[in-house]
Amino acid sequence: MIRNSASEMASKLASGEITSVELTQAHLDRIQAVDTDVHAFLYVDTEGALTQAAAVDAKRKSGEKLSPLAGVPLALKDVMTQKGIPTTCGSKILEGWRPPYDSTVVTNLKKNDIVILGKTNMDEFAMGSSTENSAYGPTHNPWDLTRIPGGSGGGSAASLAAFEAPLAIGTDTGGSIRQPAAVTGTVGVKPTYGGVSRFGLVAFSSSLDQAGPCARTVLDAALLHEAIAGHDPKDSTSINAPVPAVVAAAKSGDVKGMKIGVVKELNGDGYQPGVRKRFEESLELLAAAGAEIVEVSAPNFEYALAAYYLIAPSECSSNLARFDAMRYGLRVGDSDGASAESVMNLTREVGFGREVKRRIILGTYALSSGYYDAYYGSAQKVRTLITQDFNKAFEIADVLVSPTCPTTAFKIGEKANDPLAMYLNDIATIPVNMAGIGGMSLPSGVADEDGLPVGFQIMSPVMKDERMYSVGASLEAALLSKWGAPLLSKIPALAGGQ
Amino acid sequence: MTLTYDDVVAKYEPVLGLEVHVELNTHSKMFCSCSTIFGAEPNTQTCPVCLALPGALPTVNEKAIESTIKIGLALNCSIAPFSRFARKNYFYPDMPKNFQISQYDEPICVNGYVDVEIETDEGPQTFRIEVERVHMEEDTGKSLHVGGATGRIHGAEYSLLDYNRAGIPLVEIVTKIVPGTGKYAPEVARAYVAELRDILRSLGVSDVKMEQGSLRCDANVSLRLIGSDVLGTRSETKNVNSLRSVERAVRGEMIRHAELLNNGERVVQETRHFQEDTGLTRSGRSKEQAEDYRYFPEPDLVPVAPDAAWIETLRASLPERPSIHRKRLQEQWSVPDKEMSAMINADVLDVVEATVALGADPAKARGWWLGEISRISNEKDVAIKELGISAADVAEIVALVNAGELTDKLARQVVEGVIAGEGKPAEVIAARGIKVVNDDSELMAAIERACAAQPETAQKVRDGHVPAAGALIGAIMKETKGQADAARVRELLLGHLGQGSN
Amino acid sequence: MTSLSRDDVAKLAGLARIEMSDEELVALSNEFTVILDAVARVQEVASADVEATSHPLPLRNVFRPDVVAPSLTPAEALSGAPAQEEQRFRVPQILGEE
Repeated sequence: MIRNSASEMASKLASGEITSVELTQAHLDRIQAVDTDVHAFLYVDTEGALTQAAAVDAKRKSGEKLSPLAGVPLALKDVMTQKGIPTTCGSKILEGWRPPYDSTVVTNLKKNDIVILGKTNMDEFAMGSSTENSAYGPTHNPWDLTRIPGGSGGGSAASLAAFEAPLAIGTDTGGSIRQPAAVTGTVGVKPTYGGVSRFGLVAFSSSLDQAGPCARTVLDAALLHEAIAGHDPKDSTSINAPVPAVVAAAKSGDVKGMKIGVVKELNGDGYQPGVRKRFEESLELLAAAGAEIVEVSAPNFEYALAAYYLIAPSECSSNLARFDAMRYGLRVGDSDGASAESVMNLTREVGFGREVKRRIILGTYALSSGYYDAYYGSAQKVRTLITQDFNKAFEIADVLVSPTCPTTAFKIGEKANDPLAMYLNDIATIPVNMAGIGGMSLPSGVADEDGLPVGFQIMSPVMKDERMYSVGASLEAALLSKWGAPLLSKIPALAGGQ
Repeated sequence: MTLTYDDVVAKYEPVLGLEVHVELNTHSKMFCSCSTIFGAEPNTQTCPVCLALPGALPTVNEKAIESTIKIGLALNCSIAPFSRFARKNYFYPDMPKNFQISQYDEPICVNGYVDVEIETDEGPQTFRIEVERVHMEEDTGKSLHVGGATGRIHGAEYSLLDYNRAGIPLVEIVTKIVPGTGKYAPEVARAYVAELRDILRSLGVSDVKMEQGSLRCDANVSLRLIGSDVLGTRSETKNVNSLRSVERAVRGEMIRHAELLNNGERVVQETRHFQEDTGLTRSGRSKEQAEDYRYFPEPDLVPVAPDAAWIETLRASLPERPSIHRKRLQEQWSVPDKEMSAMINADVLDVVEATVALGADPAKARGWWLGEISRISNEKDVAIKELGISAADVAEIVALVNAGELTDKLARQVVEGVIAGEGKPAEVIAARGIKVVNDDSELMAAIERACAAQPETAQKVRDGHVPAAGALIGAIMKETKGQADAARVRELLLGHLGQGSN
Repeated sequence: MTSLSRDDVAKLAGLARIEMSDEELVALSNEFTVILDAVARVQEVASADVEATSHPLPLRNVFRPDVVAPSLTPAEALSGAPAQEEQRFRVPQILGEE
């Protein structure tokens, strides 16, 4: 039952074949069995999930009209606040903090009766591409436990691949939904910036952060997308317009006559041969389904990574200033006669991990007087240029595509001491965040050389999120008929699993 | 050696810069929907946003934007077609986010001015104070320092924080440097703050209570040798919480700077704190090492771009400028300058106006507010407007006097009763049984009784010694408990005793 | 090309309120030499005629009405406080200005 897609689970719930309590319990059992190895979860809310599940079952029994995903369990990235449930963002500085309020995403999940199983592991404050930066230890890739599950949302992606949850929430600042999806063989969508409320999403880089759905199929992602998206007056950057019709697009999966633009700069040197091969095959399948493949060029994308590593650290240096030991979270060094300033200094030394400190210092530098124009200011100009590149490309093509990442999952520890090599993981995902457009990663197979999943990225213009769902659904269907079974059916069994 | 003020201005020219912070009187905070009511229990008006809980996001109060644009328009500013919020980054425990949302290089209002008139040796003179910018920001929380001697920060063992005030909308009004005021600098500074206060009050955007901190002034002062065009080093005096203090602080800083300069010492660029008791300033934080606030556009908020139609709607809603309004009232009421100043200084112009608007004669209205009511205010040491008597009450009392239903003396009793909390004038009159005895037959009976009681005095009056009537009148007034109209009593008495005017 | 000395990093750490050991300062200073070279590439194309983008979407004038909504209860507000007293957040002594 846990290997079904979320929409299959939803049908079984609707028909009464299973109850939400049974479904939830099955996932809790699975977590119990395999999460010692995978470590996707930081907190499992057994009681809360079962209570919520029982409530949905009762509603269903009483004949109440329920939303499409009612009763289906979900894993929540630990960067989202949920009232009364520990929210750590993978950091020591928030250990034990229980928010007194729900994020808008959680409010929407509850409104849709989606059962929240618990909080998933992540790189500290979403800074990283491997989940190795979690203060609570790394998450392991269910395809190969010695490898990273991607990051920052490695916990959410791994929970899907390990069948611990059929749905998950991620957040994507430079690729933190899509890159983990790619390396775990799952589907991850970063909606248009402003499509899903950021209220209650603990900010890393406010102008880049975007929450989105993670799932095992394109349709499941679309169903979750519609459940969490929409205008929120509590987020001033939220778009006040109807949610794109992503579920309809995912159901039709029609690409006939669509122009699909291959971004020349996001596929070449530095991309693993097995990654390129799966990408080319996918293009052929889309062409066979009736799409027209064109090449587009985005010359400024080569500056995206540099601009990202100025903008994100700058904003995070300010966003993370609130973790100061005064009102919540860790407090260190509060001995007799200590000053507030020294307590702040010591708490932030102990409470933040190395990567977080590195970025705070970098951002502090990039914003400091005398350097602002050269760094932050220039990076914002690059952002304009990247947006212009996208605009031009979208004049030619309806969607743009590329491999999601240059490589498949690397070994845990392999790049831990080389920040620049680590940053390169996000080279193909970052431009999407810079322009605020939508991006999706879905599995395009496994690389021949290592047998590990490869992701295919689809990018769609602002508030045209339905286009990536059409293309994604079409490719997913073509691949499924080619393989005969979903990619995840090939995942090696986990020791504790059935 | 202590310099006199005359010595200072004979040698130096002061240059002023004034920064005024105004708390807006919106119902909710600048960036969240918490209440702004003053004086609530600690931390009862806080939420994830103003406590800076992880994940919370700011949203902009539309009324605050409107109020700020109105202020800009009233100060003759241009309203920027595009303006933005920026983060001012620095760590301080009373500021939950450890950055303040403010405006930096793109404020909402720029380049305005305020004209203020002051009395000089050569008669009234107008000084134009140029306004550089008007921008929006948010207030901080309040800390209570525990341990140590006086609740002051120095020597305190720890502090207790209340974030009810965190996020209250603030508008900062910054002048350009103000040269050319010479020896009148302190008066000009005071007049500027007073004029600002009146403008803000007329706009209805703030309580403008300096004593409660809803209007706060920082006064920057520097000196330069007369004739020099090089600016001196400035000090920035904070905590200036009354109009009088503005004047004293500027004067005090001018003298302090001059003494330093005369001794060949250097003025330190620093923040200083004004002390109400001594009128002196005390050194605060040195600003020699400029703080690096790392300003950048607030990514959680979108730009404010008011369109022309909105601005014009707000412009059309502006009340008459206080200075023009005052001139108009003065003409309408034909009040001499001195009386006008008395009303302004006593801060009763608005209530007098309201009383007149309710039908009272301007002279009578002025008389009550500047006379009896001011007297009670001084006696009780309670501000006139806190006494609990309204323009409507005074207008009603004036009308009753005009109708002959109250004498002046009785009217004073009614005023006293209203202020004592006995109710509206009519209620006080009823409860105290106050009434003018104007029933002639009743009065005649009292007159006959008085004459019978004092036959010798009555006879004197009959014999033509009219002044002797005073004793009889006194007795009659006493008998009627002061409720008779003394003039009428006199008329009837004299008629009775054959001394009628006709 | 661009580099940050140990003391530069120490100053930034002070601004950012993070205590750092000498070892850490030196290590970061070394890393920054590499990182800054990489990120400084933005200057190659950031010419004066290019506008800066600080918001990915061209939204304007997003306001909320001036209406009071319920606050947290004081207990909720203080629920995460490391220390509290008299319904206030208790913090160590604050040095600096009044």
